[in-house]
Amino acid sequence: MPSSHDWINNPLGVVEGMFAASQNNPNSGWEAKAVEFFKDHLNEKDAHTWVPSLNDVPLHYLKPNSLVKFRCLIQDMFDPEFYMGVYEAVNPSTRDKVLRCGKYKDVTECGVDFNSKNTVTAERQTFYCVPIPGESPWFPLILSHCYAGLSQARDVPSTSYAPARQKRSYEEDDDMDTQPQKQRDVGWIAPLLSAGPQTASEHHGNGDCKRQETEAPSSQVASASRVDLNFPLPGEKGPSCLLKVYEDWDGFKLNDAVEVFGILSVSPALSALADEKDASSSLLDPADSMETAEEQRVHSPPASLVPRLHMLYAKPLPHNNPLLPAAACEQNSAYLSSTRSEMATVRTELLAYFTHILLGDALAAEYLILHLISNVYHRHDVLPLGKFTLNLSGCPTEASYTERFYQIIQQLVPSSYYLGMTLQNMNQMRLVPKKDYVANRLVSGALQLARNTSLFLDESRLEQGQLDTTGVRNVTALGNVISWQKFDYDFNYHQMGIPCNINVLIASEGRSLLPSDCRIHLQSQVAPSDVEEYLRSIHTQSQASQLNKFRVYLSVARLLDYSISDEVTKSVEDDFVEMRKDDPQSISAEDLHRMLVVARLLSLSLGQTSLSRDGWLRAKHIEALRRSRMEQHKCVNGNEQ
Amino acid sequence: MSSPLMYGTPSSRVEGTPRSAVRGTPARQRPDLGSVRKAPEVDLQSEPPSADGPAASETNAGQRLVIWGTDVNVGTCKEKFQRFLQRFIDPTSSEDENAGLDLNEPLYMQKLEEISVVGDPVLNVSCLHVQSFDAELYRQLICYPQEVIPTFDMAVNELFFERFPDSILEYQIQVRPYNALKTRNMRSLNPEDIDQLITISGMVIRTSQLIPEMQEAFFQCQVCAFTTRVEVDRGRIAEPAVCRHCNTTHSLALVHNRSVFSDKQMIKIQESPEDMPAGQTPHTTIVYGHNDLVDKVQPGDRINITGVYRAVPMRANPRQSSVKSVYKTHIDAIHFRKTDEKRLHGLDEDSEQKLFTEDRVQTLKELAGKPDVYERLSSALAPSIYEHEDIKKGILLQLFGGSRKDFSATGRGNFRADVNILLCGDPGTSKSQLLQYVFNLVPRGQYTSGKGSSAVGLTAYVTKDPETRQLVLQTGALVLSDNGICCIDEFDKMSDSTRSVLHEVMEQQTLSIAKAGIICQLNARTSVLAAANPIESQWNPKKTTIENIQLPHTLLSRFDLIFLMLDPQDEAYDRRLAHHLVSLYYQSEEQIEEEFLDMAVLRDYIAYARTYINPRLSEEASQTLIEAYVDMRKIGSGRGMVSAYPRQLESLIRLAEAHAKVRFSEKVENIDVEEARRLHREALKQSATDPRTGFVDISILTTGMSATARKRREDIAQVLKKLIQSKGKTPAMKYQQLLDDLRGQSETAITKELFDEALRALADEDYLTVTGKTVRLLA
Repeated sequence: MPSSHDWINNPLGVVEGMFAASQNNPNSGWEAKAVEFFKDHLNEKDAHTWVPSLNDVPLHYLKPNSLVKFRCLIQDMFDPEFYMGVYEAVNPSTRDKVLRCGKYKDVTECGVDFNSKNTVTAERQTFYCVPIPGESPWFPLILSHCYAGLSQARDVPSTSYAPARQKRSYEEDDDMDTQPQKQRDVGWIAPLLSAGPQTASEHHGNGDCKRQETEAPSSQVASASRVDLNFPLPGEKGPSCLLKVYEDWDGFKLNDAVEVFGILSVSPALSALADEKDASSSLLDPADSMETAEEQRVHSPPASLVPRLHMLYAKPLPHNNPLLPAAACEQNSAYLSSTRSEMATVRTELLAYFTHILLGDALAAEYLILHLISNVYHRHDVLPLGKFTLNLSGCPTEASYTERFYQIIQQLVPSSYYLGMTLQNMNQMRLVPKKDYVANRLVSGALQLARNTSLFLDESRLEQGQLDTTGVRNVTALGNVISWQKFDYDFNYHQMGIPCNINVLIASEGRSLLPSDCRIHLQSQVAPSDVEEYLRSIHTQSQASQLNKFRVYLSVARLLDYSISDEVTKSVEDDFVEMRKDDPQSISAEDLHRMLVVARLLSLSLGQTSLSRDGWLRAKHIEALRRSRMEQHKCVNGNEQ
Repeated sequence: MSSPLMYGTPSSRVEGTPRSAVRGTPARQRPDLGSVRKAPEVDLQSEPPSADGPAASETNAGQRLVIWGTDVNVGTCKEKFQRFLQRFIDPTSSEDENAGLDLNEPLYMQKLEEISVVGDPVLNVSCLHVQSFDAELYRQLICYPQEVIPTFDMAVNELFFERFPDSILEYQIQVRPYNALKTRNMRSLNPEDIDQLITISGMVIRTSQLIPEMQEAFFQCQVCAFTTRVEVDRGRIAEPAVCRHCNTTHSLALVHNRSVFSDKQMIKIQESPEDMPAGQTPHTTIVYGHNDLVDKVQPGDRINITGVYRAVPMRANPRQSSVKSVYKTHIDAIHFRKTDEKRLHGLDEDSEQKLFTEDRVQTLKELAGKPDVYERLSSALAPSIYEHEDIKKGILLQLFGGSRKDFSATGRGNFRADVNILLCGDPGTSKSQLLQYVFNLVPRGQYTSGKGSSAVGLTAYVTKDPETRQLVLQTGALVLSDNGICCIDEFDKMSDSTRSVLHEVMEQQTLSIAKAGIICQLNARTSVLAAANPIESQWNPKKTTIENIQLPHTLLSRFDLIFLMLDPQDEAYDRRLAHHLVSLYYQSEEQIEEEFLDMAVLRDYIAYARTYINPRLSEEASQTLIEAYVDMRKIGSGRGMVSAYPRQLESLIRLAEAHAKVRFSEKVENIDVEEARRLHREALKQSATDPRTGFVDISILTTGMSATARKRREDIAQVLKKLIQSKGKTPAMKYQQLLDDLRGQSETAITKELFDEALRALADEDYLTVTGKTVRLLA
């Protein structure tokens, strides 16, 4: 490792250096400088790619107290905590008193003088973060591809580690062949480790990767089952972490997706302290009765399972697509304008692709594109603008069509979730987050999703039966998400409305029981004998390069700015008045709302950042086509309203 | 510990404490303040408070003696507090604690008298009173509660026993300050508040079991049975290493059941939802209640708590080389005050009271001074919804509400002050959006949908608490929105039984419950804002309101205003609407902000007006109201219709009062009545217009059918009867034939419905029967 990367391998050294330098100069503002230092370094070209990511690299490959990054969702916010910002410690060998900095650390060095006058109490906030829910399975492939060029020696395990499953087993095999002895060692050490913290700290002290190896993935899974990591979606994997935030924590909101750069702290002392307390329950220790066992488990889980991350720098993620440059905004806009020119051609390809999937229905494919790039870009008092919930009715009843369809969408969007609306799911799933006062945490629900997550509701799974209380509440929550992009979290004594930004796609046979912004009835042009086979063939035919193009396209379209010029405004108004004049029933204010959204999305899908007259006409045209199809459909099915 | 107070010998009792002067009555430990030990004192002149070393406590002479680490001089402090107790008068006090006291006499002396009678040795002292009396004393109280409050205790006991030498108390009086202004919000607590007196508000979410906490340890020597007591200081017991009697080392053993324990309870409180910034989760804080504060509060209570904020470092463990660098924080409660105690039986102004800063009040008053404030506010309401000016005005008045009047002395109980509004109209005319907006605007709003809610969801239900296994009453939307607005969407989709509970709520404003042995009447002083869709998918202008929404007229008459939200079909309107919508979609945020009043300002404005403004009718205004009412009655009288009932008069009064509130006026004047009348008329015009005659007819709403319609039906029936009679003896006629004949004969257009109605009327008279397409005469 080159010495220039010390700020990655030993960021605490940098912080402490600055702290020490500031001692002679009380007003130096070293804290701001330290943050600035890391920010500058990270903003250098490519610098952020050198930092290993907690998402992709298993925890036991990461060096403790090094700089890591984590792409995550703020799932819960704990209470702020006071810590010793500066404390005085006695050096056991020299008996000198030394001032130490407690920032970015969980534990203090030995010999703290609690009564020292120089102790400075500071405040920090803890967030509980989980990986962004529903991240698509194509992520690791892309990322491993990105890192391929950077693969380095084993002592920087981060970058060389490819999280793809096959790769891992290969690596393990490799270990087996070359170091059989070591593997056996590991087997011995593992039980010892769990027995006592002392052994763990020994290994930690040695600082070699043996410690890391011992916490092999298998044991991680085993312990994970013991501690509920509170992922919003069932079956999610990955690390969660306790994020310690030192400044501006008011700027973070629940469910924000952020990329955090911080100092990894997995000190075994943390979990040791927790164990200690159970053993020595002294009556007079005030700390004892404060927390219940559940709360302990939630707020100070073993560091090997839930590492602590001391934040140096965080940036909000406008998107979580690894194919797009994650760089700062200025560069982004340059990037956007460069890709804009190609958008029209990619769109044509994507339209053809979707048309295939939707059994030859080009209009539905068009709407599907619009839906996938929709985004709540503004809230006007309670009204969310830009949402575009699509109800795709008339889906083939063949068992697996909707599932296959979801898999294809999953291949294209960065994060998504499939929710089969079976009676059982509706009655039993926890969609709405609920506060658990015993453990003092927000128990997540499946609707606690990051912005722009695609939620695929499969209503074709609906069966006859009765919804119970939970079911009714879940359906209400879904309805609120669709209509207001906001739903109530259950805080037991009161409800709290939390805004969200979720793209909901409803696949159903008839009209959905949930509200939707726009409904289109599928009209298949082709009738393949085996739908599943048909879709699978499309799925396998598509090439990675083409898929990547689509992925970039969908994310970019969402990021573009949009405006309407005065002239177009005028002509839209004229159009509206004209249409109302002919037949007032034909178009209502709600229709105009929808048409404006369609026009917006249609323009963006073509890479146009402002509405043109043509764009408006085109929007009008496809809306008219859709409406006429609805009319038709109404006649065919008398009982539909 | 960051506080320097750790120094000094903890259990040293300075000789001759004033406590001993208070004869006989035992002092009770104050675990809420740490230990009751007397802190060492320092001489201010010789040693500045920041000086280091316990040597300071040895300088015992001199005038300016202060407690170590503070600038509190015990003597001065005591004197000041005694002066405060003897002299403080607050003639404007409206706190419930002071009910029944003579406000022109020294307040706290009366309270001491009360203590001597009742024997409850607790004196609650409002910090605000202290502040207004002596700002310096207040500052000391806030900064050094641990030292100052015991001093207060001494002072009050001396004073008390001087005055009532014969009274016997269980233990010495304890002073409990409350209402410290230092901190209001849990979120604003920061390291500087440690060891200071704070008051925060919140909601209790958990209470623990009772924890016995040792106050005084009792040791006995194993060798010579010598006993000794050691006071507990901040959770530590200094175990005596040597027996003083026989000089054996490590021979003393703790005897548990002779040690002194006090009660302690852990209480968790959570920020109230109103204090929370958007997008954040509520914070929680741990509170310890001691002695008689144990079990004073239950989960779910909203309380104001005054106490000392503490931070305890994680204990250094001898076996561990490093420790967690985090402190544990909690509050030692000194005083609880429930804010929602009286929710169930009376007006609760305290919790409504929002603190407005001087600046804010100034802005609000400035705004109120503007001549067009009414228009401004109504346009600031739900700006994303286009036009519907009158509806917005109506809702605005609903938000302000009328003045409460209490006639319970004359046996009529409370008069309803809340305005109820019903919106009906075509689907997709942003009714729900308006409801959502209102729900988001008001602090105590509830939003339910008629489709999903059941009667119990609206009222209250009895459940078994999983923890205590007791029956508890869970309140529903209507009770929860007491003093707020209950928004009910899809009012028409409600089941009949659900709707029936609304009858009581919407006029009497109470809810009676008789379930599972719980019989009670809850207050539900809520305004109802409801939205209903027509029974057919589109509003039928040829039908009356009742026919369109199919709601019982008994319920409809309880709405003060019923608005129709229809799609007006005219070009200019369309153009403006289109412009509004398009601009909604591309205007930048700043532009929108500029155009309209901020939602927060509006919210404060309403809260201020609701709390502080209570308009009364002026003489002039009453006259105008009477005229207006008489006029309304007159309109219909010519045609044999009643166009107004006393209920409408009450509505008018409420609306006029609300309008006066909008102006921040304490008097209802003519302009208020005029506007109320106009709005009422507008609403009536929309909802109670007889589609056949075009006249406003209140009986559409009160009886479900317009008077003309009734008259007309009878007329046609008579004509039809004559027609049939003129046909002579034909026992059966063709239906179509008869209709055509009637049409030919009549000058007015006769619709099929009208004809059917006439036939039905005749059938009711047993004159004929209709079977399929033939009409048969009976008899």
